[in-house]
Amino acid sequence: MSGILSYLITLGIMAGIFAILTLGLNLQWGFTGLFNVGIAGFFAIGAYATAFLTKGPSPEHLGGLGMPIFFGLLISAVVSGLIAFLIGLPTLKLKEDYLAIATLGIAESIRLIFTNEAWLGNGNRGIKDIPKPWAELSAAPYYNLLFLLIIFIIIVFIYFFIEKSIHSPWGRVLKAIREDELVTASVGKNVFRYKLESLVIGSMFMGLAGGLYSHYISFISPDVFHPMQFTFLVWVMLILGGSGNNLGAIAGAFLVWAIWSGSEFLTDLLARISTDPKVSGMITNIQSPLRIILISVILELVLLYRPDGIFGEKKIL
Amino acid sequence: MLVIKNLEKDFGGIKAIHNCSLEVKKGTITGLIGPNGAGKTTLFNLISGIYAPDKGEIWFNGERIDGLKPHRIFRKRLMRTFQISRELQKMTVLENLMLIPYNQDGEGLSGVWFLPGKVKKQEKNNKKRAMEVLEFIELIHLKDEYAENLSTGQKKLLEIARTMMADPEMILLDEPGAGVNRTLMNKLVEDIKKINANGTTFLLIEHDMDLVMNLCDPIIVMNEGSKLTEGTAKMIKSDPRVLDAYLGV
Repeated sequence: MSGILSYLITLGIMAGIFAILTLGLNLQWGFTGLFNVGIAGFFAIGAYATAFLTKGPSPEHLGGLGMPIFFGLLISAVVSGLIAFLIGLPTLKLKEDYLAIATLGIAESIRLIFTNEAWLGNGNRGIKDIPKPWAELSAAPYYNLLFLLIIFIIIVFIYFFIEKSIHSPWGRVLKAIREDELVTASVGKNVFRYKLESLVIGSMFMGLAGGLYSHYISFISPDVFHPMQFTFLVWVMLILGGSGNNLGAIAGAFLVWAIWSGSEFLTDLLARISTDPKVSGMITNIQSPLRIILISVILELVLLYRPDGIFGEKKIL
Repeated sequence: MLVIKNLEKDFGGIKAIHNCSLEVKKGTITGLIGPNGAGKTTLFNLISGIYAPDKGEIWFNGERIDGLKPHRIFRKRLMRTFQISRELQKMTVLENLMLIPYNQDGEGLSGVWFLPGKVKKQEKNNKKRAMEVLEFIELIHLKDEYAENLSTGQKKLLEIARTMMADPEMILLDEPGAGVNRTLMNKLVEDIKKINANGTTFLLIEHDMDLVMNLCDPIIVMNEGSKLTEGTAKMIKSDPRVLDAYLGV
């Protein structure tokens, strides 16, 4: 398989995992106005949950139950949803700022717990050899294409699930809460219940995305789950693509991931072409700040010229 | 219909509502007037469940409702509007209305997924009702417009339309006439009269004395957190205590 094609496939898989995160966030923020800044935490929980369940026994970490991957992914979503439920219970009755602080704090706590409690997930050394689906095929040249297909099917499934749910009286209540909580309560809706449902369902998708990441990379460690990549970047994807628009959320994920990881590809290429080792060294050094600047500039431009995102919300007629 | 007994509400030492007792009779359009800071909007917030009172009781249709959450009070068929229109901005006028009916099966995810036929039927009925209301309130041409794009007056009409969708037994209107021009005001008055003729009780706060005097009977005057007096427009006009309250003597 040619290099470019295999690069595009790996790009697609990661972008697809981000798309699932973005769809989850869109349900919470785009449709309900819940400010979740702990995406990386829900993602991490999903990733660790399935690793514990599906890997064979190992002295390095908890679990090792050797369960089927399908089951592991299911539990990833369920555990993540459960944590969201526990966070939502005390915070969703308060003003929105509290949810933001709670999710932010809990996401960091989760990362630090996995860093420091080595008996849980082998600390900073992480968990390796997490099984891949249809592992006997994993040496085949088109294995990643198969993985991409799985991700694609899951995205389609989630997309239709959310679309159907949103285009209903249920979705109408969520949007009303996003617009004005007090009015929604004054017309008889139990606002707390709806916010909890939205938070839990969105976080379940985030957990599932974490599980998929685990099985795709086969290795996880706490420093993967830094808020920069799995919280901040997901927010950028949603804002760029168009909050309140599921297709926009997916498009935003693919676009931003292409830029994010493409900039790496580009600087690598430049560093390699350059004959002067000083210049190539410099290019390698600026690589990671460069892409943050690049993404930030694009975000600024979109916010200035298309404040509702590239796609924006569709009016329901 | 609505009975308030010895209500108290403090905000950090300020007695917003102090030993307030009053009653609204079924079928009336009762006016609630008083100088700024008299506690009218606070009273509305207490009745509609946004705040819980510190002391006292609120009874509606023979049931005690003080301390209940806003959505529970709505379900007792007591609804309120807001002083500054609070339309659901990024939702169409039609969506703003279709949100209102209570007990929609499609408002639970299980209904959306397992009772699609029933939900579709209810949606059709709710849409029909919403269109009738929009027809009555003369906003039908704006049904697909985002509510944020409406003018101030149209937003007031939308608030009225929302109460019509709910078809409550009693409506609390917080300054329906604020920021509304004469023509629209007359329309509002006519609409309120028509809805009242169908048996809905109103309690309304208003600063526009013309509107209060020709719409409300009786009129309750509040001052410093409690009821000062109550009577017909004529009685209120000639009561020296009311003038004193307004002039701050």
